[in-house]
Amino acid sequence: MKILVPVKRVVDYNVKIRVKSDQSGIELANVKMSINPFCAIAVEEAVRMKEQGIATEIIAVSIGPSQAQETLRTALAMGADRAILVQTDESAEPLAIAKILKSIVDKETPGLVVLGKQTIDGDNNQTGQMLAALLGWGQGTFASKVEKDGDSLKITREIDGGLETLTLKLPCIVTTDLRLNEPRYASLPNIMKAKQKPLETKTPADFGVDITPRVVTLKVSEPPKRKAGIKVKDVSELVNKLKNEAKVI
Amino acid sequence: MPKVLLIAEHDNAKLKPATLNAMTAAKKLGDVDILVAGQGCAAVAEEAAKIDGAKKVLCADDAAYAHFLAENLAALVAKLGANYDYVLAASSTTGKNMLPRASALLDMQMISDVSGIENADTFVRPFYAGNAFATVQSKDKIKVMTVRTTAFDPTPATGGAATVEKVESAGDSGLSGFVGQQLTKSERPELTAARVVVSGGRGMGSGDNFKLIDALADKLDAAVGASRAAVDAGFVPNDYQVGQTGKVVAPELYIAVGISGAIQHLAGMKDSKVIVAINKDPDAPIFQVADYGLVQDLFVALPEFTKAI
Repeated sequence: MKILVPVKRVVDYNVKIRVKSDQSGIELANVKMSINPFCAIAVEEAVRMKEQGIATEIIAVSIGPSQAQETLRTALAMGADRAILVQTDESAEPLAIAKILKSIVDKETPGLVVLGKQTIDGDNNQTGQMLAALLGWGQGTFASKVEKDGDSLKITREIDGGLETLTLKLPCIVTTDLRLNEPRYASLPNIMKAKQKPLETKTPADFGVDITPRVVTLKVSEPPKRKAGIKVKDVSELVNKLKNEAKVI
Repeated sequence: MPKVLLIAEHDNAKLKPATLNAMTAAKKLGDVDILVAGQGCAAVAEEAAKIDGAKKVLCADDAAYAHFLAENLAALVAKLGANYDYVLAASSTTGKNMLPRASALLDMQMISDVSGIENADTFVRPFYAGNAFATVQSKDKIKVMTVRTTAFDPTPATGGAATVEKVESAGDSGLSGFVGQQLTKSERPELTAARVVVSGGRGMGSGDNFKLIDALADKLDAAVGASRAAVDAGFVPNDYQVGQTGKVVAPELYIAVGISGAIQHLAGMKDSKVIVAINKDPDAPIFQVADYGLVQDLFVALPEFTKAI
């Protein structure tokens, strides 16, 4: 079966972001960008399924600016076979992305779509669930373990109280949580090889999807700053402060 | 008045406290009906009917909802939600799993993790791990949103006298099946609702050493949390994780022990009223958000702290 893996280019997780002074958004000029960590986990899971003989072909997809090609090359270097860039400089919302992905799924007919559970920029945690809805497929979100079981997948999910196990009929959607796997670093030969792998470029209009935002950002602001606290010299001073100053114990 | 449908969170026996926080957000928007979907959940529906301000409780009692499978629940929420101006759920793993699916079925762009309501169509939400807040305006007909529970005080659980109305099941999709759950059993308060949280990080060194955290937590009637590093290292289960992709907590007192303070962890706890950090590294970033910092070896400080209170 084919596996489709959507990936997103985001501000690197180590970067401390800054809000633009005119409050129009986040400062992205000269900021290090990387593949979204949850998307890297999704690529890794697909590659492992190919190594186990479960998957036959891995297609990486990204919806974003021309620089998202680098993100797709990362996925190709990790082991994806080919890539599709749906190029747009607009920031598409999860529902629009899900609609574009649905068109790609209709054409490519993968047996499984593996996505990150959320991106670390928008923090929406919506796209996988929305794609599952549009396709009428089952969804295994926040997965920490994925096992093939005949015509189904057995998914262990991270939930608020602990873990939950579901079976999902294939085809289905899986979204990855942190502990599903540890993504590999691409080796230099694989990075070189990735440059030769096919990368097709499309636009949202090719899929007839309108990506005009339905939720408009009016303003972006800094969170309230915590004022700097004090250092206490020992436990007894700490307990004293908590009892008599903060009055929390 | 606009009409709001709030999806109750429960375990078929009892309402979860997160529902009361989400109710506070819902009441700001209009008249609130509460959907209780589950199996054998009549007692939960009765409990929901008593929530202050509830107009009507819709009870969908069917085997298809026994385990809150997203495929079945979203179909019901989309069907009922089509008649409302707002559809809300708490931003828990259940809400995050189900509501985007319902939103797509309704062809609405959902808003995740709402932490503030400016007016009928304008909301505030954190993104970039809470390092920025976006004020967003929805142009969609139905506003579908998950609500960050720490941003809204709970509505009183009593005082309401809503009618309970049975609603028909939207059926079983047959797409997914429930196999089992491994829930972490604890006598302690729930992490997201606790007045005090004591969290351990990589500095704890092992799962066994978490008993030092447990001892302090027992004294303070606190919940126990952890950083991602401690969960990844296998010291504690995943449901302990506080942070951008784990749980978001805002207790009266948060005690971070052996946690360096990566931005992803700070995202989950920096709205706590009082933060204490215990770490032997004086340069650990956690001290930049701590009200009281103690630079000391945690293996010395923790037992002493536990003894002193």
